[in-house]
Amino acid sequence: MSWNTPAELKYMRSDEYLKLEGETATIGISDYAQEQLNDIVFIELPDVGAEFAKGKSFGTVESVKAASDLLMPVGGKVIAVNDKLKDQPELINSSPYGDGWIIKIQVGDAAEANDLMDAAAYAAYCASR
Amino acid sequence: MTVPLIYDIGSPGRMGTTLPDVEVPETELPKELLRKDLDLPEVSELQAVRHFVNLSQLNHAIDTGFYPLGSCTMKYNPKINEDMARLAGYAHLHPLTDEVGSQGALALMVQLQEWLGELSGFQGVSIAPAAGAQGELAGILMIRAYHQSRNDKKRVKILVPDSAHGTNPATVTMAGLQAVELPSDKHGEVDLNALRSALDDTVAGMMITVPSTLGVFDSKIADVIRMVHEAGGLMYMDGANMNALLGIVKPGELGFDVMHYNLHKTFSTPHGGGGPGCGAVGANEKLMPFLPGPIAAITEAANEENDAPLYGLVMPKKSIGRMKAFQGNFGMHVRAYTYMRVYGGEGLREVSRHAVLNANYVRAKLRGVYPMPVDRICGHEFVMSGTVEGAEGIHALDISKRLMDYGIHPPTNYFPLIVHEALLIEPTETEDKATLDMFIDAMKRIAQEAKETPDLLHSAPHTMPVGRVDEVRAAKQLVLCCRPIPEPEGGD
Repeated sequence: MSWNTPAELKYMRSDEYLKLEGETATIGISDYAQEQLNDIVFIELPDVGAEFAKGKSFGTVESVKAASDLLMPVGGKVIAVNDKLKDQPELINSSPYGDGWIIKIQVGDAAEANDLMDAAAYAAYCASR
Repeated sequence: MTVPLIYDIGSPGRMGTTLPDVEVPETELPKELLRKDLDLPEVSELQAVRHFVNLSQLNHAIDTGFYPLGSCTMKYNPKINEDMARLAGYAHLHPLTDEVGSQGALALMVQLQEWLGELSGFQGVSIAPAAGAQGELAGILMIRAYHQSRNDKKRVKILVPDSAHGTNPATVTMAGLQAVELPSDKHGEVDLNALRSALDDTVAGMMITVPSTLGVFDSKIADVIRMVHEAGGLMYMDGANMNALLGIVKPGELGFDVMHYNLHKTFSTPHGGGGPGCGAVGANEKLMPFLPGPIAAITEAANEENDAPLYGLVMPKKSIGRMKAFQGNFGMHVRAYTYMRVYGGEGLREVSRHAVLNANYVRAKLRGVYPMPVDRICGHEFVMSGTVEGAEGIHALDISKRLMDYGIHPPTNYFPLIVHEALLIEPTETEDKATLDMFIDAMKRIAQEAKETPDLLHSAPHTMPVGRVDEVRAAKQLVLCCRPIPEPEGGD
């Protein structure tokens, strides 16, 4: 099996990705995660303006198989949520890195991204599971 | 669907009974309670009987076929249990009968409590809780009450391994405490380093299932218990998997402080549609005073005048209170008592030995056919991955659906959550070798079909009254009523 792991992203062991864009960042779940979860049927999103520390849960994603917490790859303040997911959570399955993005944040401390995996390490990690 | 809805049979005005003429003056009903239409089925008695009998015959039950649903212990429920539960003295006993008039029932409850205590090594047992989840809640409320009784109010966390039943963290939240998830190590056991770093003076206790939901006995369980105790926490054992332990391991002697039993799993009272259940709770001397009540007990020992003791109901001193009206599900007490009485102590040990043997037999036969993520001797159940090498795109769900075509109830799907494409298989001791071989053969054939004719699996089941259901649509469009609900007329 192989999964799409874009090179410009950073990844958590719990399968969230972080796309750093200067002082803001986009967070979603990886292609591997969406495939493992199977058809996603529900997502609980945070409010814009909410602040979360690194590793804290900012929402949940629920599929026909299981419900999982969504964790912050780095700490920060939510500046946008993908409202489309409320009616079309399946966008996470069809386009985890595109239309299926989950939140955008104002990054607190970019150095917190240093311990995240790069694409090569994450791909190896997925293959080993 | 081959059986129509009951609303779609019958005709207007048809009834199953003829009411006698009214002999008293009719009373006007308040206007706000009146409805123009009362949308009830209009069928004859025979139509109603046929409808429900036909539906019941579509059921898969332990009385009709193999049911290897992991962690649920779908063992056969001996019919003598039903005979005993229907004895008039038990079945017709009114719940408001006083203690003197209920001596036989109370004596049975006391004996059942003693046997459960003996099997688990606990000093006190309450059989009041109605089911496993209620037993869990009772146990965690007891732990909370214990800490509060010592005025130790900072202990608000309960540690729960990531392999736990979903009810464990839910119980913790219901009890007003915080669940903290602990990772498992690569053997499926508690990661001691993670445990060490989670332990501090805010930990009220830990909930753990033995053997774990992966079907394995944690070889470091004694260390886990010692470490939690040293940090001032208490140990709760989820007894869902007690079927592996009867007469072999006593949780109380291992050092657990409190546990629940599922009489509807381990002790053969009906389970799954046939309930209700009983989630009895056992506790050591430290937690006994907090048990839910009232508890049946001997209130006056036998003496020179009376050769039988007097039984009554007692509320433990610091009880967390009632979990259930009256004495819980008393009919289940009679069935579990009967089961234990029939087997006896040595017989119950054989129950667990055979349960473990059967699970290991199936596991060993399926090794090499399916991936075994925890490849070691198991307890009463084992977990495999529902994937087939050379058949990408086949999922645990496809295998489960195809099993139905072979007349077998699917095992537990996608639990425990930490196993990729998990299928949790528990054959129980009540199945013979021929049935286990039939299951093994079906699983091997399905693995072959997965490679040769994968579409057969993707579109399964083919022999059931309902084919593959659209789970995504069912989850997203929650419509529970097959007909529109009429609006009430008038009123507010």
